[in-house]
Amino acid sequence: MTAVINVPPSLDDSTFELVLDQVARVPAEEKLLVDARHAKWSSPYGLTALLTLAQSRAERPSFTGPEDENVASYWSRLAFYRHAERVFELHGFVPRPKPAGESDVLLEITPITKSDDVHEVVGRIQEKAKQILTTGLHLDPKATMGFAMTLSESCQNIIEHAGQGGWVAVQKYSWRKRLGRNVVVIAVTDAGQGFRHSLESSPARKLSDHWDDAKALEQAVMNGQSRHAQAGRGQGLKGVRRFLSRWNGRLSIRSGTARITEGSGELAADIPMEKGLAPFPGAQVQVVIPEHIET
Amino acid sequence: MTPLIDVGAVLRGSVADRYSNLVTRHTGRAVRSGIERELESFADGRVAIIDFSHVSLLDYSCADEIIAQLLIRFAGGDSDASTPEAYFVFRGVGDHLDPIEHVLEHHGLAIVMETPGGDTHLIGEVSEAERLAWHVVKRVGPAAVVDVAHEAGLPTDACERALLGLWNRRLVVRDASRFIAVGAVQ
Repeated sequence: MTAVINVPPSLDDSTFELVLDQVARVPAEEKLLVDARHAKWSSPYGLTALLTLAQSRAERPSFTGPEDENVASYWSRLAFYRHAERVFELHGFVPRPKPAGESDVLLEITPITKSDDVHEVVGRIQEKAKQILTTGLHLDPKATMGFAMTLSESCQNIIEHAGQGGWVAVQKYSWRKRLGRNVVVIAVTDAGQGFRHSLESSPARKLSDHWDDAKALEQAVMNGQSRHAQAGRGQGLKGVRRFLSRWNGRLSIRSGTARITEGSGELAADIPMEKGLAPFPGAQVQVVIPEHIET
Repeated sequence: MTPLIDVGAVLRGSVADRYSNLVTRHTGRAVRSGIERELESFADGRVAIIDFSHVSLLDYSCADEIIAQLLIRFAGGDSDASTPEAYFVFRGVGDHLDPIEHVLEHHGLAIVMETPGGDTHLIGEVSEAERLAWHVVKRVGPAAVVDVAHEAGLPTDACERALLGLWNRRLVVRDASRFIAVGAVQ
């Protein structure tokens, strides 16, 4: 049996939940066909999460990409197909590989498996990030440094905690409907052990009666708890939160069946903690930095 | 001559030639080990300049692994008899103040930072009395407790506690009964 999973026309962190709701109804050993034929748009989160979904399955799923050649071509420029062919069985129209070239793609989808990958990603993005943050988002050039640190710390979560590789992508786009301005989005996703299992692996950890994915996210993100005993661990996410609070950004992390969101200004979280979501292994991080508008 | 440790060179020597960014804990640990190896050859009581001028980016994890863990070992409660008495001046850190201040605050630490003009400042977590006392010894040069107390307008016992606290944290050098600000004695 193959279960068909329909990808919504517009795929982002919110609509990806519709994908996971469908997956949750399928037994773990059953094969999936991920049908993105009608997809018209995806955020970096949507694309990296699709790859992560494939990684999370015992049997390699099938994938049918967008029928719209422009959409498929755009996904190709983000390097989606280059990585998808390793984790999916590809069917239907597969565009020829194209380089990202000059575009709003700051960082095409890139695998993160080791410390060197973080060096490569941070090194590659710095010049372009400076240009896009200052001219595209009108941020102070000083923000570039904090942005690169945020990218580095987000990717390091994979190396330090996931127990397997993940993906990162960074893109600028217009968030007209939700915000009416440009944003830069960092998406970092993995199908590893997730926050709850990571914290459970700490010998110092005392499990409470109320221990679940939401509690683990709260402990790690808000209280800087880490599975490592060394003082000073868990500061990366604290630093990311500090950077985002300064630039009115938003951080959301989904792990297991929960998602924690913290934002400021117009990106303040509507629901700071979502519980009871469809289960999905690993951690999926999204960082949003909005365009600065003088008031 | 004041020993100088070029962190950019240590990074390239201990991790990879092509990197100029201090990112990831793995990198931070490797660089700290490189710095510690260089420090082993220093004589007790020397002031070393830790130079970040050739580092493009320092993330929070590396700031913690390199600066905080170095201070904890050499200027904190973890130092033992085998740890050489070392004092540090941090140079070229102006672009990296955010992660540095973040980790100093987290651990309750402080450092002496050198500005591009060669002046020195204290950054991090110090009490008001410690800050006052440090600025006095920086301004007047080697001074005894009573002189610092007089200049700072502090009671002598409070001033002594502040100076001993600064010395324990390797922010002033103690020479018999006198104290000297680190950075003024390079």
